[in-house]
Order: sequence, then structure tokens, then C-alpha cells
Amino acid sequence: MKICVTAKESGIDAQVEERFGRAPYFVFIDEETGDAATVLNTGAGGAGGVGIKSAQIMVDNGAKVVITGQVGGNANSALSAAGIAVYTYRAGGSVKDAVAAYQAGTLQRIL
Amino acid sequence: MQIVIASGKGGTGKSTVAANLAWSRAQEAPVTLVDCDVEEPNLHLFFPGGHTDTPVTRLVPAFDSERCTRCGDCGRFCRFGAIAVLKDRVLFFPEICHSCGGCALVCPNAAITERPISLGRIEERHPLPELRLISGVMNEGEAVGIPVIQAAKEAAAGDAAIILDSSPGTACPVIETVKGSDVCVLVTEATPFGLHDLKLAAEVVSSLGVPACVVINRSCGDEDETEAFCREQGLPVFLRIPFSREIAAVQNRGGLISRDLPDWQAAFAGLYEQVIALAEVQR
Ligand code: SF4
Ligand code: SF4
Repeated sequence: MKICVTAKESGIDAQVEERFGRAPYFVFIDEETGDAATVLNTGAGGAGGVGIKSAQIMVDNGAKVVITGQVGGNANSALSAAGIAVYTYRAGGSVKDAVAAYQAGTLQRIL
Repeated sequence: MQIVIASGKGGTGKSTVAANLAWSRAQEAPVTLVDCDVEEPNLHLFFPGGHTDTPVTRLVPAFDSERCTRCGDCGRFCRFGAIAVLKDRVLFFPEICHSCGGCALVCPNAAITERPISLGRIEERHPLPELRLISGVMNEGEAVGIPVIQAAKEAAAGDAAIILDSSPGTACPVIETVKGSDVCVLVTEATPFGLHDLKLAAEVVSSLGVPACVVINRSCGDEDETEAFCREQGLPVFLRIPFSREIAAVQNRGGLISRDLPDWQAAFAGLYEQVIALAEVQR
């Protein structure tokens, strides 16, 4: 299964970004293979609709789980319509830490 | 002739000036008053009575799920992020859509048609034989009021004398309202805050090339700074409405001083003449 973590930089050592739509990067991690791929959020600086554009990136990259700080209303609708689960991570660690916390089952699901 | 009433911020008495100006003018000749403060129209409060409504709509995409192959082109095209294309359906967010029509053009499968949705309405009233009041009313929750302002201005277009009441501040709705007007009346209060807002408003109006003049509301005789600014900028002060208990009492009950207090009808008629003269000189 693919997990996406919103991040401030690319790669799994990057700090987690708490904003979803305006996250600079999305790090996609394949749970089975352990592969990580970073996608630049080209819409991060946009004036509006950034949450939906980001949700589209989740759909296009086949993420089933998103780990981020918070998700706005419209992105919320898009993610839930797409059947993508959202977990909140606010411990201020790296992408790797967030994935470990998710796998340990300690993250709170918000969607 | 199109006169616009503006102010740097709310609460300066802009609507009061617009309503009194229109009322006194309507005693002599036909005039159309347009409430362009579409988020919070209030001119009708001065003129109770029935009205007729015309809806204001905009076009948004409608998706035909039979024809749609979920190719994603429309979502990639929409720079506002109003469309998300999922595996099994297209999600559309009308409140973010700017009604550009582009998604319908790029859809390779002709799966998108356009349908109207409501943005707001235009209310029309005739409180006096010579007074036509048009109010733009934006639906609650709508993000952009510009099309409602445009519709309200269009409804008045062609009338001989038009007075537009803009929304407070200096943001896009104000610019949309001021655009194309012959002259602007800036309503201010002679306080430091009032002066600050007046400066902003004067700048916007002059950048649009509209000649302006000033009405000082709740004047208490101590307005040297405001006067100095107006002199510097070549903004004539055409009227001072003093701070008085009598005036406050009329206004607090939603009345019009031009109707309820002697002399004020003449004062506003005089203001109207001066404003028109200013527009004509500058043309
Ligand atoms: S009409 Fe324009 S703004 Fe609206 S959804 Fe289509 S592309 Fe986006
Ligand atoms: S562009 Fe047309 S076919 Fe492609 S997803 Fe959008 S509506 Fe469907």
C-alpha cells in the first residue's frame, strides 16, 4: 500500500509539513517495497483550490493513506470521495518518523 | 451621468449620502440609485416597499458520466483546482470555479456542458415616481460578488442619472463599481482614521481617472488635517454634515435628513449640482 507524507523537503529524512494543500513536497512511500518517491507540489503557491489539486496528486499517485497536519474542507471532500485515509502527525519529526508512528498504530485518523 | 459614492472604510455614512442625494434629486428629475455593496446591501432600508427580483447566474460545468472516460484533462486544465478526477467519477467544487469555461473546451469526449447556477439577484424598487432603486444582492457563501455588481450596473445602464453606492474599502468590488463613472463622491469623517482611509480611497479613484470630491460626515468643525489633504490633492469639499443630535436622531431611526429636516433637501440638491459641475469641468 502507498502512503503519502507531506514534507518540507524531498526524501524520507525531510521534516513533515503540517499543511496539506500548501505542502511544498509529497513523499510517497510504498509499504511493501520500502521505495520512496518525492513529488513537487507545483500548486503549493496557488491562490485557491490548492487542497483539491493536492488531493488529485494523491489520487494520481495511488496513495491510500495520507499523513499530514491538517486538511481543509474541500480537500477533505475530495480525499474522502477517493477513499483515501488521512492521519494527523504533529510531533515535528521527519517523514520516516511519521511513517514509523503510523505503522506502530499511534497516529490519530482524522478522515 | 454616473456618480459613484465611495469611502475608505465602512461606517462613514456613505449609504446615507447616497440615499439623501438620490432622494433630493428625485424631487426634481428621474434618478437611479444602485446599491453595489452586494455583500451587505442596505439602501433599501431607507426606502421600504415591495420589489421585483431578477436572478444573477453564472455558468459552471456539468459532467456527463456516460461520456466521461476519467481522462483527467479537465482537472489538469483548471488552474483553480475546482475539479478532481477520481477513478470512478469527477468531483466538482462550484464555489472555487471561476466560470472560465475552459474545462468544457479541453474535454476530449464532449462530456462537459455548461449549466447556470445562482450567484445572487437584482432587486428593483420604485420608492418615488422619479426614483428607481436597484440593489445587487449576492448569495451568502458566494466568494466573488463582481458579476452581481456588473449585473446591477447593467440594469441601470442607459438611465440619465445614476448614483452608485460602492462597498466600503478599496478592494476589487470598489474598483469594479468606480470603473466607468464620471465622478466620485468620497465620504469621510474628520478623524485621523478617517483621513487615512480617505487617502487610500482617493488614490484608487484617481488611479482610475475619475474626478473626485469630498463630503465630510459627522463634522465637528475641527478638520484642519482633512482640509489640508483635500487642498493638496485638489479635492473640493462640497458638503459638511455636522455632528448634531437632531441629525443623529433622524439617522438612527433610518430616516433621511433631506426629507425629514428642513434645509437638507436643498443642501443635497446643491451637492448634486456641484458634483455634476465637477464632472463636466473635468471632461
Ligand atoms: S469553468 Fe474554468 S474554473 Fe470552472 S471548473 Fe472549468 S476550468 Fe475550472
Ligand atoms: S476531460 Fe472530459 S472525459 Fe476527461 S475527465 Fe474531464 S470530463 Fe471526463
